[in-house]
Amino acid sequence: MIEGILIGLDTALSLKNILMVMMGCFFGTIIGMLPGLGPMTAIALMIPITYGFDPATGLILMAGVYYGAVFGGSTSSILINAPGVPGTVATAFDGYPMAQQGKAGKALAIAAYSSFAGGTLAAIFLLFTAPSLSKVSLAFRSPDYFALMILGLTAVSAFSARGQFLKAMMMVVLGLMLASVGQDSLSDITRFTFNNINLTDGISFVLVVMATFAMSEALMIILRGTDPSRVAKAISLTELGSIKLDKDETKKMLKTIPRSSVLGFLIGVLPGAGATIASFLAYGMERNYVNDEEKKKFGKGSVHGLAAPETANNAACSGAFVPLLTLGIPGSGTTAVMLGALLGFGIQPGPRLYMTNPEIFWSVIMSMYIGMVILLILNLPLIPYIARILAVPRTFLIPMILFFSVTGIYLMSFNTFDIFLMIGIAVVATLLRLYKFPMPPLILAFVLGGLMEENLRRSLLISDGSFNFLWDRPLTAIILSGTILLVSWQTYKSLKK
Amino acid sequence: MKISSVKIISLLFFVLSAFYLYTAHQIQVFTFDEDAPFNARTFPIYLAYVGMFFSGLKILLPEKLSEEVNHKVLDYKKVSFLIIIMIFYGLTILRVGFFLSTSVFLLLSYYFLGERRWKWMIIFSFPFVALFMFLLHGILDIYLRDPLLKLIGVIG
Repeated sequence: MIEGILIGLDTALSLKNILMVMMGCFFGTIIGMLPGLGPMTAIALMIPITYGFDPATGLILMAGVYYGAVFGGSTSSILINAPGVPGTVATAFDGYPMAQQGKAGKALAIAAYSSFAGGTLAAIFLLFTAPSLSKVSLAFRSPDYFALMILGLTAVSAFSARGQFLKAMMMVVLGLMLASVGQDSLSDITRFTFNNINLTDGISFVLVVMATFAMSEALMIILRGTDPSRVAKAISLTELGSIKLDKDETKKMLKTIPRSSVLGFLIGVLPGAGATIASFLAYGMERNYVNDEEKKKFGKGSVHGLAAPETANNAACSGAFVPLLTLGIPGSGTTAVMLGALLGFGIQPGPRLYMTNPEIFWSVIMSMYIGMVILLILNLPLIPYIARILAVPRTFLIPMILFFSVTGIYLMSFNTFDIFLMIGIAVVATLLRLYKFPMPPLILAFVLGGLMEENLRRSLLISDGSFNFLWDRPLTAIILSGTILLVSWQTYKSLKK
Repeated sequence: MKISSVKIISLLFFVLSAFYLYTAHQIQVFTFDEDAPFNARTFPIYLAYVGMFFSGLKILLPEKLSEEVNHKVLDYKKVSFLIIIMIFYGLTILRVGFFLSTSVFLLLSYYFLGERRWKWMIIFSFPFVALFMFLLHGILDIYLRDPLLKLIGVIG
């Protein structure tokens, strides 16, 4: 492991990669501050740029964007009670009251230190668990992988949209349908192309992500008449005050951070349950842990109440990398986008990743830590200035998002058919989002489509066409039982409503 | 009886899944693969059934929460304009070239979204695209087809 850490440090600490982490954190913070434009949009806009780099640099850049976006979301939660991303909603419960008491700088500092500590501890957990889990996951066979993918898709559907399980499952099917367009990987037979030569190679992953997130988000903003930049304008006018913490505040944080990190990391590892669930659970858990006097402060600017969700959401971000790096199966929409980008580089994440591409495996883990340091040193003091840059009117912001989406896809293929296809998918996605059909399950399914078909093919060939493979191996049966339990629970919940 | 928009979307999804199933059965597979446990048709066929199952459930199960959208507050006019401008952009990008088509696309988008500060509109269209092109073409060496700029001798 020491050798791996050194390889990772060597790659992550190269000047180019440090610049990439800095750029990623900065860009992510900017996008994360804008309500509605979360980490997935930020990463989607970055993908065409990453293809100009080697895989390690590309992934480091995306990881930086991911953390930056979560940090940016916390900033708007604390300063103006407008969470940029769902994972930072719980941050506003105590962060905003603190800012109203004239302690905005302190609240931001608590959020930044907690994020840093949560992310760092989770990166250490990841450092120790990922290689061991990789070894364990070598025992996985095709039926287990197939079952695990079904579990992942079901879990993301169950957690990503509250009370919208059926809609989310329909989006999973739509994602798998889109993934099946083009040449079959084994026989090279073209499917669902309707004799259109542009579809022979299938639909590009970047195109689908850009259309369903960046472009559709821009259209949604116009459709609803919202102005995301008003948040930035409000932030740029906020007086921050001192960012120094006193002894008592530091002591309180030191108690909260370890337990919230462990909880956040464990929640992040679970498929589907990401930063949002982790932050709410940590907030609830912290409230139960503290004494009665502290309990009364919750919701009125409690240090514990702010540190807990901030620690947990960052720890969950690191935890979400565990299934991606060890099994090659993403546990959330954001890590699904990263998986898609890795596949675009020709790299297959999974148990063998840390043997075949140790520089990628370890440099991502190391760059997480570097990203945390950069967020703490650079972004915290720069918040009012970043907000000022961002305070551009939406009349300029939206065309810029559309421009980067269209240009991003055009530069990848130089084919105008892709532009029209992207516009078509974005229009459909906008209509679906209007009726609360969630998009993360679609992306996850689109990314996993090819792998899922491949594993089903292998499993059916081994079992000679029989579906016995679903319960022949205990591991497959256990994973499938988990899926059945999840579906039953969701059905029970909807019937109970 | 009023049918909700979500049920209509689910019905459309059911029809899409049925069409997908029909198309999946039309996939030409090799003769030796016809009776194989798995061929190019297998996965899409299962997928179509799953799609029909979930959309069917959504159509049949009663709705407990109102999922209607208030269309009166939505700005369809501006969105339609933006979509038309994007299609126009897609149609002209290869024929006219990156510089002019992108600059016009940005300028028109600003205008249709209600921006009237011409100075900033001009700065964030033509000079901005020129700078972007310089970064791509001049520094990163990414070729951008532009017949217009080639004609007047700006790019080679």
